[in-house]
Amino acid sequence: MSTLANKIQEVFNEPGCGKNQGKSEKERKKGCTKQLTPGGAAGGCAFDGAKIALQPITDVAHLVHGPIACEGNSWDNRGAKSSGSQLYRTSFTTDINETDVVFGGEKRLYKSIKEIIEKYDPPAVFVYQTCVPAMIGDDIGAVCKTATEKLGKPVVPIYSPGFVGAKNLGNKLAGEAILDYVIGTEEPEYTTPYDINIIGEYNLSGELWQVKPLLDELGIRILACISGDAKYHEVACSHRAKAAMMVCSKAMINIARKMQERYDIPYFEGSFYGIGDMSDSLREIARLLIERGAPAELMERTEAVIAREEARAWKEIEVYKQRLAGKRVLLITGGVKSWSVVAALQEGGMEIVGTSVKKSTKEDKEKIKEIMGQDAHMIDDMTPREMYKMLKEAKADIMLSGGRSQFIALKAKMPWLDINQERHHAYAGYVGMVELVREIDKALSNPIWEQVRRPAPWDETTWEEVADAAIAKEAAELAANPELAEQKRRAQNVCNCKAIDTGTIEDAIRDHKLTTVERITEHTHAGGGCGKCAGSIASILARVSETASVTEAA
Amino acid sequence: MAKVSTSKKACTVNPLKMSQPIGGTLAFMGVEGCMPLLHGSQGCTSFGLVLFVRHFREAIPMQTTAMSEVATVLGGLENVEQAIVNISNRTKPKIIGICSTGVTETKGDDVDGFIRIIREKHPELDHVKLVYVSTPDFKDAFQDGWAKTVTQMVRDLVSAPQPGAPRRTGHVNVLPGCHLTPGDIDELREIIEAFGLTPSFLPDLSGSLDGHIPDDFTPTTLGGISLDEIAAMGSAEITIAVGEQMRVAALAMQEKTGAPSVVFDRLTGLAPNDELMALLARVSGRPVPRRYRRQRGQLVDAMLDGHFQFGGKKIAIGAEPDLLWATASWLHELGCEITAAITTTHSPLLELVPTDEVLIGDLEDLEHRAADCDLLITHAHGRQAAERLHIPLFRLGIPTFDRLGAGHVLTVGYRGSRDLIFDIGNIFIANAHEAEPDTWKIPNEASDDASASVTTH
Repeated sequence: MSTLANKIQEVFNEPGCGKNQGKSEKERKKGCTKQLTPGGAAGGCAFDGAKIALQPITDVAHLVHGPIACEGNSWDNRGAKSSGSQLYRTSFTTDINETDVVFGGEKRLYKSIKEIIEKYDPPAVFVYQTCVPAMIGDDIGAVCKTATEKLGKPVVPIYSPGFVGAKNLGNKLAGEAILDYVIGTEEPEYTTPYDINIIGEYNLSGELWQVKPLLDELGIRILACISGDAKYHEVACSHRAKAAMMVCSKAMINIARKMQERYDIPYFEGSFYGIGDMSDSLREIARLLIERGAPAELMERTEAVIAREEARAWKEIEVYKQRLAGKRVLLITGGVKSWSVVAALQEGGMEIVGTSVKKSTKEDKEKIKEIMGQDAHMIDDMTPREMYKMLKEAKADIMLSGGRSQFIALKAKMPWLDINQERHHAYAGYVGMVELVREIDKALSNPIWEQVRRPAPWDETTWEEVADAAIAKEAAELAANPELAEQKRRAQNVCNCKAIDTGTIEDAIRDHKLTTVERITEHTHAGGGCGKCAGSIASILARVSETASVTEAA
Repeated sequence: MAKVSTSKKACTVNPLKMSQPIGGTLAFMGVEGCMPLLHGSQGCTSFGLVLFVRHFREAIPMQTTAMSEVATVLGGLENVEQAIVNISNRTKPKIIGICSTGVTETKGDDVDGFIRIIREKHPELDHVKLVYVSTPDFKDAFQDGWAKTVTQMVRDLVSAPQPGAPRRTGHVNVLPGCHLTPGDIDELREIIEAFGLTPSFLPDLSGSLDGHIPDDFTPTTLGGISLDEIAAMGSAEITIAVGEQMRVAALAMQEKTGAPSVVFDRLTGLAPNDELMALLARVSGRPVPRRYRRQRGQLVDAMLDGHFQFGGKKIAIGAEPDLLWATASWLHELGCEITAAITTTHSPLLELVPTDEVLIGDLEDLEHRAADCDLLITHAHGRQAAERLHIPLFRLGIPTFDRLGAGHVLTVGYRGSRDLIFDIGNIFIANAHEAEPDTWKIPNEASDDASASVTTH
């Protein structure tokens, strides 16, 4: 486990991460994954994150070493598309049984690798470590090493047991594995001054193909996409690229940063979502390539393509823009794409009324704030009932979210669009933006909404009225009973990691005359988890000290 | 008599099997006001949740004790306690159903012991029922997790009748296996009620995962059997179990209540439904309602109309034991030949499946054995194999994530058996080989290729 522990520490120390740089030495040691709350957590584990990040490599055999749950419950459920091999959609797992748990699963793992190579002859096998083999001490590194030597194929260990943390950490651990074992191990047949890497793009629903034709037209070659529609050989050669674009926010920043360090490949952080972002990304790609020696005329050609494509997209969106202007969109999404989707929707003339940023890094949120103005309404950890209330209060016309919260919206008879991993539509590039707007229009203008909202002939009241009455009753109760309202206000959780409520923090500030967020954390533990709530604690502090000084002055 | 064997491969390729903890959580989802809780790392819950969301197209209540590496090593008491407290505060469930996972079973967490400590420490949570089932991922399969969970609920939640207390006339307990859909349960309810009887289903997915619009939003299950109704099952007249997997639960119920139990190993096909009708007529003392007499006639007619399509067809099935048994038996009775049968776990039914061999294996095994079949029957993960083999796929079982209405697929009763004839028969019709000029060409005797001389059907 020491290898894994070191890796995690290393990932936490990411110098490319702005947030990390703002932390003290001690804080940095603690790491950046949120402490998960038992009974209040949602979302995938580190193994899930690692698999999401690497499974899009299409010709590799992805072998999951663990009990049936890890792979049997989850395989072939992600929408990454392939232009060639379909091997990545074949599921391989050691499906360890009780005997393996008692005597160790290494033998089964080795045999499994051997069977896979004999039957499927992939260019490489990726072995994912899960919790149970990690606990029983299976040394997958040693097994992979032996297998590589004896079987003559690269066998790559991915140390990603689910219990080390959340998806985000898994993304990074996957990145470390390919940095250590894959990148730089093979050489491309030839190179050009126009070779780039795209890092953190998974080609979900084929989104890479909404962008690739533009790059093709400009003569820019994707040497490797890490990892959407990639082949093993491409990733192994990716160290010869001239420049890189990092797409998926922070998910794979360690790859981009270390490739810059080791192979002198400069990178920028960009997005393919939204017309403006797409154009900026093309410009940045051209700029970096020119910096690395490509002819300067590349920029002229890039600008020409941008002008043409923007005009085409705007013209197509124009048709919908009038119908969509002023429509209110409630955005509930994981971190990776929230900020880029916000920009895209605003281009469609729509108004954003909220976003959930459960999986976002702080920087993601800053970006959302920047784009949406200071009133960004952040929604974390919502219960379905609260969500109904919010849909109501936000007067949202449509909700965009991941598959899981879909049914809350639909049961509230609210137009809804899937924008997470399992979705079936591609929204990247200029064409994708038009597609997104078209889908929103299709959802909003569907004739079912009026029909499904009609009450049944035997119903005296609709359920919306019942729910509204319940919400109104609750509000009235609180209004009539200031004590209860105060109690409720004080019971509001501020720090979700440590489950510390507003009242506890307020009392601590008053009783101990605390003046800094750090001191509050020391006293109450609030803010001692992921640190996400520091801002809220600061505003409570400001409020309490203000009332305190007013009282003193009086 | 089929030979039952187990795959000798080290590596499972394209799993048919899913883990038993999520089978257990699905059973808990048929109880009203329940929050199923997996004691494991958060991925254990997340994968199961996504699977059910995609299958049922419903919001799925499911929580996790979110075990970290450190917590796993030190033991999960604190996580289980926090999870129960947090869930009770946030979602106000009437019952929390806890299943263990591979992680916590490897460590050896004594969850029964944890619950005793938590009960002592938190008397304020006395109103929340806690049911715990041990379901390690590295043993058994989905169906086993479901069966163990129902058995545990019978033991923990059903009240034994007072000695000498009268039975509730006309009350029937039904213990459905996990292969029955919410639609199947609705069908059985209608059938039983048509005899003037009152059924209680444990669990009752038809109330929670049938895709209805609820009157109110709850973060727990949106319906299902209530705890009071489960308790009252103790005084029913008879217990009907559907699926061999429910035999242990049926025995537990019989022990607890003293009322007799009957296990139907399947309710798909003509004979088993005749038996069901006879049983219900006997229990209720009423004649079989006219509706079902008509439905029987319709089924017999469908068999007559359909048998042209079914006779001699070769079928490859991959399903959990009870679903395999029900489907394979019925298709065999319609004239099909079951040429490949793959399943996930042991069951006394396996050797009775009308085929040469039943293999406990995966979809790679099914694919290898299905090459010259007319139809592949398995869950949605069979889609890649079907595509590669150019054989039509009839999706059956969990997960069915790429078709609508998985929760309403009907395979029980006269009507379900009839619908299955139509649905599968139509696939045969759509894929029938049309005659071409070369269809009956005279075989070339000189050819070495023996297979070329074997004509197609």
